[in-house]
Amino acid sequence: MKIAKVVGTVVATRKVSSFEGVKLLLIQPLDEHLRPLGSPIVACDTVQAGLGDIVFYEGGREAALALPNWFNPSDCTILGIIDAVQVEEGASP
Amino acid sequence: MILGKVVGNVVSTAKLPILQGFKIMVVQPIDREGKPKGQSLLAFDMVQAGVGDTVLVIDEGNSCRTILGDPQAPIRMLIVGIVDEIEA
Repeated sequence: MKIAKVVGTVVATRKVSSFEGVKLLLIQPLDEHLRPLGSPIVACDTVQAGLGDIVFYEGGREAALALPNWFNPSDCTILGIIDAVQVEEGASP
Repeated sequence: MILGKVVGNVVSTAKLPILQGFKIMVVQPIDREGKPKGQSLLAFDMVQAGVGDTVLVIDEGNSCRTILGDPQAPIRMLIVGIVDEIEA
């Protein structure tokens, strides 16, 4: 599971049926100090995250399981909105 | 399973209902000598690990779902043990 920031929304009307009613968001992965990491990716939303929210997300099969209709091709789903990240200084590179 | 050091925690109230009641920790994977190895990650805690603890983290969904007894849990990373000593 990793941290990301919601940086945009993605609208797709024509998509696989199992994605019906699933909100797509553009998220920028972050490290534990909330610094950008790599390039933005598209994630399915389950917690009504909004622009600028810091969220945590999961990939792989767990991304599909997190959606109501679990038989879907999602490989990246937001599981929650982060209120705070507290990291001990000097604890990681 | 991977070895990691708990370096922080995450507070999240708005999350999937199934994830309620779990503490979320920031874990920095480490090698045998305890040096950081790779990018940090978030894991759900099952053993009341604290910041600074060396821990065992399961990094695979089916094992987590088996432990939690829930075939639908979208959880892939679980802290399942606190390491006292590593003899490498």
